[in-house]
Amino acid sequence: MEETDLRRLINNVKRGRLSRRGFVKRMAAVGIAAPIANQLLSLSGVAMAATPFDYKPTKRGGGGTLKVLWWQAPTLLNPHFATGTKDQDGSRIFYQPLAGWDAEGNLIPQLAAEIPSLENGGVAKDGTSVTWKLKKGVKWHDGQPFTADDVVFNWAYASNPATAAVTSGSYTYNKAIKVDDYTVRVEFNKPTPFWADPFVGTNGMLIPKHIFAPFIGAKAHAAPANLKPVGTGPFKFKDFRPSEYVSGVINTDYYEPNKPYFDAIEMKGGGDATSAARAVLETAEYDYAWNLQVEWTVLKQLEKAGKGVIELVSSANVEHIQLNNTDPNKVVDGQRSSLKAPHPTLTDPAVRQALSLLIDKDSVQKYIYGPEAVATPNYVNAPPRYYSKNTHWEFNIAKANEILDKAGYKKGSDGIRAKGGHQLKYVFQTSINGPRQKNQEIVKQACGKAGIDIVIKAIPASVFFSSDVGNPDTYPKFYADLQMYTTGSNYPDPWQWMQSFVSTQASQKSNNWEGRNITRWQSPAYDKLYAEAGNEMDPVKRTAMLIKLNDMVVDNIVVIPELHRMNVSAQVKNLVTRLSGWEDDMWDVASWYRNA
Amino acid sequence: MSRAYLFRRTLIAIPSLLGISAIIFGILAAAPGDPFGQLVTNPNVPPAVIAQLRASLGLNQPIYLRYFHWLIAMLHGEWGFSFTSRMDVATLIMQRLPVTLAVLGTAEVIAVLIAVPVGILAAVRPYSLFDQIANTFAYVGFALPTFFTGILAILLFSVRLHWLPFVFQDHVSGTGWVWIWKEVKQSIMPVMVLALFQGAPLVRFVRSSMLDVIRLDYVTTARAKGIGKRRVLMRHVVRNGLIPVVTLVALQLPGVFGGAIVTEQIFRVPGMGSLLISALLENDTPVIMAITFVFAILVIVFNLIADLLYGWLDPRINLR
Repeated sequence: MEETDLRRLINNVKRGRLSRRGFVKRMAAVGIAAPIANQLLSLSGVAMAATPFDYKPTKRGGGGTLKVLWWQAPTLLNPHFATGTKDQDGSRIFYQPLAGWDAEGNLIPQLAAEIPSLENGGVAKDGTSVTWKLKKGVKWHDGQPFTADDVVFNWAYASNPATAAVTSGSYTYNKAIKVDDYTVRVEFNKPTPFWADPFVGTNGMLIPKHIFAPFIGAKAHAAPANLKPVGTGPFKFKDFRPSEYVSGVINTDYYEPNKPYFDAIEMKGGGDATSAARAVLETAEYDYAWNLQVEWTVLKQLEKAGKGVIELVSSANVEHIQLNNTDPNKVVDGQRSSLKAPHPTLTDPAVRQALSLLIDKDSVQKYIYGPEAVATPNYVNAPPRYYSKNTHWEFNIAKANEILDKAGYKKGSDGIRAKGGHQLKYVFQTSINGPRQKNQEIVKQACGKAGIDIVIKAIPASVFFSSDVGNPDTYPKFYADLQMYTTGSNYPDPWQWMQSFVSTQASQKSNNWEGRNITRWQSPAYDKLYAEAGNEMDPVKRTAMLIKLNDMVVDNIVVIPELHRMNVSAQVKNLVTRLSGWEDDMWDVASWYRNA
Repeated sequence: MSRAYLFRRTLIAIPSLLGISAIIFGILAAAPGDPFGQLVTNPNVPPAVIAQLRASLGLNQPIYLRYFHWLIAMLHGEWGFSFTSRMDVATLIMQRLPVTLAVLGTAEVIAVLIAVPVGILAAVRPYSLFDQIANTFAYVGFALPTFFTGILAILLFSVRLHWLPFVFQDHVSGTGWVWIWKEVKQSIMPVMVLALFQGAPLVRFVRSSMLDVIRLDYVTTARAKGIGKRRVLMRHVVRNGLIPVVTLVALQLPGVFGGAIVTEQIFRVPGMGSLLISALLENDTPVIMAITFVFAILVIVFNLIADLLYGWLDPRINLR
């Protein structure tokens, strides 16, 4: 369905010519699921039929202790210094943002009274500001009231370069202004279609001004409260031991009625993912285990014990294979893979097309990842509203051979195709990780049948995923022909993430290999559309543009997306959780409860 | 044994410790990655912030300067702050030490209490049924790594029988007997796995060192004088046979402080070993340096103690 058709239908709903239900039905007919259809409506200013979380407990507390197991453990509890999800999860028990994202990518108010929109006047028409109304009567754990001053303070704290907050990216190109005690306006430097970044979600957790005010700037790391949080969340801080243990007790002043259900929470860290799954699924010593990167067959076996269930939540993560546009074997200006040295064979569309036909995604899914991942033709896979319907993929060795024959790549005596003295022989690198090495094997075998020789290289994850400028084996350097890893947007809006294909972002020596464009693909058409999408305030048009960006990447085979991966966790049978691929697992722990 | 000997050994220890600290620091600095490795792959964190964070920890300085800063602070008794939690390293270590000592200390005590009598009895009647059984167990304990026996124990006692929990908690709720019972229950598996691992080589060692002594002429002489079997064994054989065992145990003791990395990981015991491994994974240099440095000091000190004990137990040995 084209953008214009979409818009016409949405307008019909607005004018009352088409019922909401009728719209959702028509969307379903063209393969767009109900949540996305609803999302399109709400983005376009038709009030959303909220699908509230089914919370059953009728009184606060009484649920005993919630015991959760993280196989990595938080090292500090200040969200502005959280270096990984473990720290964010530990902080999220105590701290909250103005709003969070649910599994479908909808904004859910937390400390905000309502979600700003074009209709309620919260979002400025020109996209240069957003006004948040705060909940009244919210108290910090020490009894102080939560006000607009706290929100503005968080902006000042995180945007101060001397603080060196990891959240600073969300507070750099904007400014927070107090309108009154319970209203805050965020002003952006330029029209910002994706305004729900500052004070929202993982990067938006708010810390109290009255505790942290003396520790702004260079002193920030010395604040005792970095290890003893005072927040607004459903649990009050009790105890913390870095890399081991966090605990909290019920906040009886919590602002949501009847929440939380649990009287206390314990987060234990350490160990490994498999035994964490065991402690929930087999022995039920713990109620919930996080991020279980365990082979599916193993998990399934553990689940048979009948004590718990495996939870899969869609995230933006995509396991994909990158094709190098530059020559990793030629040194120019002291670097390999230089923009000045185009790859001799991988820049040929025929070779790219052949490679994309040689990736047996179904087998990788079936034999390696199971339901933990879904084969996909798309780079952008979630939220569903950005999932392109225009792309497709197939695994076809015969067709790949045909294309290479036609393009003039002849098999040599060693069975490897070559043209103009360039053999189709590629170094394929990834991190050391059981499933990835099996994946490499599957690719190698299929390519071998088409006369493409794949040399497998596996690099320790600590090296591959590091920024070490002195090491040739890091993924940003990409001194290989092909490489594979998982990446995904942190936000339900993929625009920022899609800068990975902007020409000027090419990862090179000149920028210390900090550029985000690892494949070094150069496309003026992509750059232009990317810039336009960054200024487009019309949500429907923007969605169509982002889908188009995905299609350009897929059609030009800049990368070969393999699998859309899920977040995997385990929980005991009677536990009801609320998880989201766009948030920390603890984002709405206030809503967790046990079924009787 | 003289004071001069003690003094000389202490003096020799200083360059050794300096060398050890310099080598560890150099290896850590040369290893890839830093505490902010995870941030690099996050497109929402600008490179400038990562640079600022690195600068705030002094990671942008040359290696030798960082080493001297660390060394000078250490000489002042300052252990520094953890890169990741920003907590005082001494506090972090003190949080972990009691559990480590309780679990590993108990394991060591049990290992010694079982291994010594078993080793002696096995040596008294070599190649008897008892000796063969003891030997078999010793070899099993010797050959099987803790990650194997640990998981085996978990599968049997936790998953199959549901007798024991396998996640060790430092914060057991309850008071009085309930609390003690819970502590015992959760400690049984890690302690026994470690005791088997530490005790097995000890059994072999006690047995062979006893056999060495039992064959000596003075033992035959003592028997010929008509001294009772028991008395010969306890007064003449055991006393001399156990001298090298005391040394061995003294050399094992630093390990009790250092923690057991693998076993702690399996049972999630929050000890020094797990602190070290998480610090290593996060490139938390001050914590790694503190633990390894303390461990180095302990090894040197216990080596010295072992030597002194040896001289004290066996006056024939002269320390100069």
